[in-house]
This record gives sequence, C-alpha cells and structure tokens, in this order.
Amino acid sequence: MIGASVKRKEDGRFLTGRGKYTDDITLPGQLHAAFVRSPYAHAKIRAVDASAARAMPGVRAVFTGADLKAGGVNPIPVGWLHAGINVAEHHAMAVDAARYVGEAVAVVLADSAATARDAAEAVAVDYEELAAVVSAVDALRAGAPQVHGNAAGNVAFTWQLGDAAGTDAAIKGAKTVVRQHLGNQRLIPNAIEPRACLASFDAANDELTLYVTSQNPHVHRLIMGAFVLGIPEQRFRVVAPDVGGGFGSKIFIYPEEVVACWASKQVGAPVKWTATRSEAFLSDSHGRDHETEVEMAFDAAGKIVGLRVHTVANMGAHFTLFAPAVPTYLYGTLLSGQYDIPVIHVSVTAAYTNTVPVDAYRGAGRPEATYVLERTLDIAAGTLGVDPAELRRRNFIAPTKFPYQTAVALQYDSGNYAPALDKALGMVGYAQLRAEQAAARAKGRYIGIGLSSYIEACGLAPSHVVGSLGAQAGLYESGAVRVHPTGKVTVLTGSHSHGQGHETTFAQIVAHELGCALDDVEVVHGDTAKIPFGMGSYGSRSGAVGGSALFMSIQKVKEKGRRIAAHQLEAAVEDVDFKDGTYFVKGAPGKQKGFGEIALAAYLAHNIPGDMEPGLDSTSFFNPSNFVYPFGTHIAVVEVDPATGHVALTKYVAVDDFGNVINPMIVDGQLHGGIAQGVAQALWEGGVYDGNGQLLTGSMMTYALPKAHFLPMVESDRTVTPSPINPLGVKGAGEAGTIASTAATANAVLDALAPFGITHLDMPLTPAKIWAAIQTARGGH
Amino acid sequence: MYPASFAYHRATSVSHALELLATYGDDAKVLAGGHSLLPVMKLRFAAPAHLIDLGRVPGMSGITESGGVVTIGAMARHADVASSAVVRAKAPLLAEVAGHIGDPMIRNMGTIGGSLAHADPAADLPAAMLALGASVVLQGKGGSRTVGADQFFVDTFQTALGAGELLVAVQVPVSSAACAYAKHPDPASGYAIAGVAIQLGASGGRVALTGLAPRPMRLAAVEAALAAGAGAAAADRAADGVEFIEDARGSAAYKANLARVFTQRALTAALARK
Repeated sequence: MIGASVKRKEDGRFLTGRGKYTDDITLPGQLHAAFVRSPYAHAKIRAVDASAARAMPGVRAVFTGADLKAGGVNPIPVGWLHAGINVAEHHAMAVDAARYVGEAVAVVLADSAATARDAAEAVAVDYEELAAVVSAVDALRAGAPQVHGNAAGNVAFTWQLGDAAGTDAAIKGAKTVVRQHLGNQRLIPNAIEPRACLASFDAANDELTLYVTSQNPHVHRLIMGAFVLGIPEQRFRVVAPDVGGGFGSKIFIYPEEVVACWASKQVGAPVKWTATRSEAFLSDSHGRDHETEVEMAFDAAGKIVGLRVHTVANMGAHFTLFAPAVPTYLYGTLLSGQYDIPVIHVSVTAAYTNTVPVDAYRGAGRPEATYVLERTLDIAAGTLGVDPAELRRRNFIAPTKFPYQTAVALQYDSGNYAPALDKALGMVGYAQLRAEQAAARAKGRYIGIGLSSYIEACGLAPSHVVGSLGAQAGLYESGAVRVHPTGKVTVLTGSHSHGQGHETTFAQIVAHELGCALDDVEVVHGDTAKIPFGMGSYGSRSGAVGGSALFMSIQKVKEKGRRIAAHQLEAAVEDVDFKDGTYFVKGAPGKQKGFGEIALAAYLAHNIPGDMEPGLDSTSFFNPSNFVYPFGTHIAVVEVDPATGHVALTKYVAVDDFGNVINPMIVDGQLHGGIAQGVAQALWEGGVYDGNGQLLTGSMMTYALPKAHFLPMVESDRTVTPSPINPLGVKGAGEAGTIASTAATANAVLDALAPFGITHLDMPLTPAKIWAAIQTARGGH
Repeated sequence: MYPASFAYHRATSVSHALELLATYGDDAKVLAGGHSLLPVMKLRFAAPAHLIDLGRVPGMSGITESGGVVTIGAMARHADVASSAVVRAKAPLLAEVAGHIGDPMIRNMGTIGGSLAHADPAADLPAAMLALGASVVLQGKGGSRTVGADQFFVDTFQTALGAGELLVAVQVPVSSAACAYAKHPDPASGYAIAGVAIQLGASGGRVALTGLAPRPMRLAAVEAALAAGAGAAAADRAADGVEFIEDARGSAAYKANLARVFTQRALTAALARK
C-alpha cells in the first residue's frame, strides 16, 4: 500500500462540491464582520466616528483598535526571536497609526455581510497621512520615514552566519570572483479559498469555539488563547475544517481571527468573516522580497572557494508568526546548496516598511537561497567559460563525504547529487539540446536551457535545534491510532491537510502496516477537541514528522496485539509474527489470529494477559533528530521571441529525491503545483507598490497567477535515497517544485539571452523587460 | 464581494427597457452578460441604484444575414458569435476575434453588445468592429440610428451611446476570409496588451489596434501603405501617428514595437488567406 498511487479519498467530496469549508458553516444568530481598512500606507489615526454606521439598520456593533486594547486584547506575538530583534507591538487593529494599506482600523458587526460592508463604508476615520516607505533598501536609508518608534532606522533585526574573516580571505585570494545584485520580488499568495473565520463564544459554559482557515489549529489555540486573548486552552476549541490551500499564508495568527473571537464575547453572538479576494491581496502575509549582493569566488579549476551573501529583507509593517525565521535560518543555512563550499558568510538586515507583512510562502527562505546559488552559478559558468552542468558537477559534495557539515550550520545526513543531475540531463537530451540551441541561434531563434540543482531542509524540525535558534516552540508532531473493537481504525494527526491529501497517504501508512483495507482507516485532523496536540503543516513536514508519529503509534498497537495473540495462541511473544493483517506462530501453520479478532479481544478483555490494560490505542509524539534533505536537478527549456520579449516554456524536466514515496501520484501533484508556482515567480508574478504604498497588483486582473495553458507537461523522475532520520525514510515534497523551478526557469531565459551579452535580469522576466534589455544590448535605447 | 444595494428591473422588451432607462436615467445601468459591470459593482467602483436586465428580452440575440449585412443581436454571447456558421462564413474576422475573448466562462456569458457598450480600451471586439467597418444600432424612444464603429468609440470607456439609448444590434458587412487577429494577451487579465485586427479588401484593407492606446483605433498609415501596394511592409508604419503612453505594461517604445510586430503578424496571416 505504501508506494501505491491510490486515488485520493477526500476528492469525492471536493469534486462534488461537498467539502465543508469555514464559510460553509453557519451558526444560529451569527453576525457578519466587515473591516474598515486603512487607505493610506502610513497615517496617524486622529479619531474614528462610527455614529453613522451604528445608526444603520442591522448594525449591531462597531469596534476600533482602541476598543480592543482597552478590552484587554494583547498584541499578536512573534513565534521566532533573534538576539537583538526589535519587535514592534502588532495590535489586531491599528491603535495610534495605520502602517500599511489594508491594515484593519475598525470592525462592523451586522446581521448580514452586505449590511456590514455598507456600514463599514459609513465609518469615518480621521487620518493624518504620514510619509511612507515601501522598499526595504529605502527604509534603511538615513532620513527614511520611521515605521515604528522602537525600531530606529527601520531595522527589524540584523543577523549573520558563517565565517566572515575566512570568507573575506577566500574572496581576496580567489582566481575569479563573480559579483551580482539579485532581486527576489514580493509574491502574493492566492489560496483558492480566501481566509475565513467564525468565532462563537458560549457564555453558559464560558467556552470559545473558533472555526478558522488554519494550517495549524493547535498553534492558533495556543497563541491566541495563552498570549492574545487570555483564554484557558481547555475552554478554547479551534477547528480548521476543510481548508482550500495555504502555501504558508494560513500558518499565521491574523488580526481578523483575534477580532472575531473577542467581539463574539462582547456581543454574545457568533461572528463570521470571510475575506474578499481584494482583502486577501491586502491582508494575507506576502512572501519573498529580498535584495541581495552575492560574491562567489572560484579557484583556477572552477571550484568554489568562498561565498559571501548580504541580503536586505523586507518584513513589511509587522512581524507575523514565522517572519524572523524565513530570511535567516530557513535561508542562510541553505546557502551551501549541493556544493562543497569551504567558507560561507551570510548577513541579513531586515527592515520594517509600510507594506503588508512578509512571512513564509511555499519554500520560505529556501527558494531565495536556491535562487542566489543557482543564478550565480550560471553567471559564473558564463564568466568561467564552463558548461553550467559541468560547473555544478565539479562542485557537488562527494557522496563519500556524508554526513556532510556545511559552512552554514546544517549537517546533511545523506545525499548523492550527480545521479540526479545525470538523469535530468539524459531526460532532456542535454548534448543534443545544446546542439539544437546553437543551430537555432544561427537562425535568429533564442532557445535557453536552465538548470537548478537544489537542496532543501524540511521536515520541520528537530525541536532542540530550532529552540536553540530562536523558535518559541518545538516542532515535533503527534499521531494517535485508535483501533476500534471491529478492527477498524481512526487516526488522529496533529498535522493538517489543506490540499496535501493526508486522508489518503496517512491511511495508506496504516493500511500498509496493519494489513487492512484503506477504507477501514479514517483520518481525523484539524480539531483541537479531537486531536491531543499538533504543530500543523508547513515546511514539508506532514509525512516526515506527522507520518512518523503515526508510524510509531502503529508499532505500539501492533506490539500490544502481538502480546494478546501470543497469549491466545499459547506461544511465546517472540515466536509470534505479524504479516498482512494476521498474527501467526512462526513455524506452526494454522496457529494464527486476525488483527480484527485481536482488536475485539483487546476490548472484550475476556482473554488477554492478566497484567495488560484492555483497549487498543496509542498516541506518539515524533521529534525528529534532524531536518530531512530532499534534493534534485530541474531543467527548464524556453524560447524567447526577440521581437516581443515573450518567453515560451517549452519543456520542463524534474528529477527529485524525496526518499521513500508513499503515494507517487500525490507527490507528482505536489511537484507539478510547486513547479507552476516557481515558474510563475520567474516569469509572471510580482507584488508591486507605488511610491505611496498603494498596492498596484491588488487583483487577479493585475497580478499574474499562472494558468494551465502557460505551462508544458512536466516530465519527472526520481532517485531514491531514504532519509535515515525517520522510520518511513521519507522526505518532504510539498515545496521542492517551488524551490527548484524559479532558478531553473530564470536561468533558461538568461541562457537564451546570452548571445545578446545579457548576463542577468531581475524577475519577473516580463516581455517588456526582456525586449528593453535586448534593445539596450543592441545599442538601441 | 457585496455590491451596494440596487433595485433590479427585468426588462420584458426593448421598449420596456427604454421606458426603464427613461425613468431612472443616470441612476441606471444596463445589465447584459454582467462580466464587466458586476465585478466593478462588487468592488464598489460602481454603485448604480438601478439595474435593467436585458437577459430575458426576447429576440435580442439572433444572428442573420441579408443583403450583404450580417446582423447580430446585442445579447448574442461571444461563444455564439465565435461558433455561428453565419459569422464564420460571412464575417470570419469577427468569429476569430470573439474566440479570443477571455476564457470559456466569459465567452459563454459575455455579450457582443455589452462588451461594445462598455468600450474597454483593451477589449478585443472593438478592433474587429473597426477593421470590418461594422456599425452598431442604437435604439432610443424616438427611434433608432446606426453609428459606424469609427464614430462609436470615443475614448476610454466612452462611446457615442446617448442617454436613454440602448445598443440593440451590430451590423457587419459581409467580408472575406482575408483577415486575421494577432493578440499579445496580458498574463493576468487575458485582455489585449496589443491586439491588431486586419480585414483585407480587393485592394488595401482596414487595420485596427486595441490595447496599446486609450481607445481602439484604425492605423491610418498602415492602411495608406496597403492601399499604395506596400503589402507586408505596410506593418512598418503601425506606430506612425499613434501616441503610446508608458505604464506598467511597458515603455512607449515597447508599445510602438508591439504595434509593429502584431500588425506584421496579423498582416502576414491575412495576406496568406487572400
């Protein structure tokens, strides 16, 4: 069952429109919330006059940021703290000043969503517009407008890793140094289901229930209950029902959820809010937004001898939950990639700006690191006159060197990079393709081939490691197996599926181990009232961490069943084995018991060992000893039309090593979606603000998400190096496509443009940008 | 997501719709396919107090040909225009352009009359109308008038449609297969960053541009070159006399280049079909 591409159990309800999402839940007497949002990127709030709104029929209440603060609602905390970090208070609604366009200033509760929206427009806010700053580089300049009073110069934090002096010496002594400025533009997540919440306070029992679009309901409960709202956890239930995509954006504790919870208690009625797509653009945490200076130093043999990276990261107006970890420990630690680099130094300056907060977005730091390495390597290949595939090969960590300690803290447990590269080169027909490229160039056609040999650290995370690095919680996972008297199984997992297919893959693990049918296993997730605890899903951790916790519980259940079987079969425990759902006495054909019989016996308790507790269930927590390290090589092939600058992605080959694979079809789907997202960053997507902090790409009419017909069919294959750090031998697959594909695609476009002498352009590589660069190269404008 | 409150009126006939228009005047908007109007209402960029729905008015979506003119009811959906045997045979440029609009959902709901009356400067249909020398029939309470496409498109989102008038039909002269539409779509919206429609005649032809300028326009210099027998080289004149404005989609020079490139592509295709 493990390794089988079984169809997804959950797709029946999704494909027939019977999924149950937060907005599908309706509670008696519920009110609808509409938020008044700042139209200014930076403005002092002088006064809020809600009298007209309050007077409208159907309006039940209006609250402001000051009301929340006075009502005892604490600021939303940050889940990852560095030494010297400047944490500015992040109130759910602006109290004294609004710091980005879209920041919530007040909320209206009304009988209908339409009335609430009408009334929100009637709330008069007296703003005093202040100067705003949008780019992180500008924010760090002397004299820039100050976003927060306690972050002088808008510095949110500075951070560094590696050997500064050693790197400096290596660069000074190198034969060749490649230097490049690399922008990594802002991205705006667009899950198909916008964020939503429904909070219901039950005064009779002093209990709060929150239905919310969350990737991690227990984390929501912990942070909102203990830190923001002051509600004891046993009186606070958080349910994340069917959730339609997250990509990281639904990890964080958002203002609207805090407001709905607090307001429900104030008005004595359930409070519901569902974001419009426009609100999603203005209030979901954005991703990426780096400006980087990179120096990569080589010896005469084309070996990398040192790497120095300085990055300015835009944090937006506030830290959301994971933000400080993203441009640091999820980025700087990955800057060795697949390469044997003796010294590395990375420094990061993070800045507050008057923009939407920036936090984890699919890949979270690792796409940025991969882009820095892989783009720079391609530039270096041009400088050194070495084929890009060959340059990578020369610098791969040799398979004999594992476990490999990088110069940036991580220890790779396993890896073998050349076979994945070779396989990808073979699939794409690399030598032939280079010949075709040369022939096409002679005819004025510009084909480009781009490689990306990536590694990621995922399966977040070894708790002791992340704790020492600033995480305010451990990143283990829980998995409970509850065997029913009939032998059917309920699985309770602390990880959360919002598209990943846990109901299928986790059931496959159980069915495989217990020898039962897939339909005999029910996977429950997303409800703090049912699941013991959990850290949720992000960082490609569900299989590696959540699946492993589940695996541990299955083994405990199997072992208890074995003892019951041995008792009933009158055999020594060590003589009893288990296979395909049957306990049997080794070497004694016919002496056997089915798993269902044993489960029933465990609950009837008429005939079990005398010292045994009845029942058959187990809860386990898996705390990984290390990250897992998926890797691979992706190759993109493009053709650039020099007349228009248009890029056609004509071929895409992916070879990945995800370790053991539970459901190849689901993993392929994850890979395809990730590739689409990463290609989109290279070619189409980009969140753009004007100088006043107005978001110019605030809708799907202006923000170019990828469409199916923009993309070729992905040709994929795998190498299999099982991870040694978890019992399933699995790694993560959710982010790999995104991590690899941006650099591969950008490299392909720049490779196509090489005949023009163009070495680099920042993403997105739009037709207008490419055409202008060609004109400049030709000595035009 | 939630538009401001409005009153909904379902017109039962063209004259009923005109009555409603006369009653509510500037407070009313006419609802056809709704794929331009409803989004701006949901975003609250528009908040008409009254909507007059033409969706149930009988006889407004027919497609017929007689006397060398193809007449298309204003409520004909883009998908119907694109797949109509009459349009494909007698005005193939219009069928080709209608097939380029948006995506299948938009083509199944959006109407030819609604799109033309909305007059988005990046819409596909206006280019076809100009290249075909087509006209619109505007019906008022006092009667109807026929306005050529050259006069109809006034400026960005502005047409010659008068107060109290309803666009009821489109008239297209029967045209040859020597035509083409070349489009560079915006990856986000699908609208034309550049779109060039060309209808060749016995000698010369009509060439129209959408997307690159504040309103769809004929490319007079290209047409003059074509009339003078320049053939495919006429495309070199596509940017002549057109003022391109730099914006998020590109510089003025880039837009001028797109005008030339897509004129050349459309012209090459049209000449090949001649």
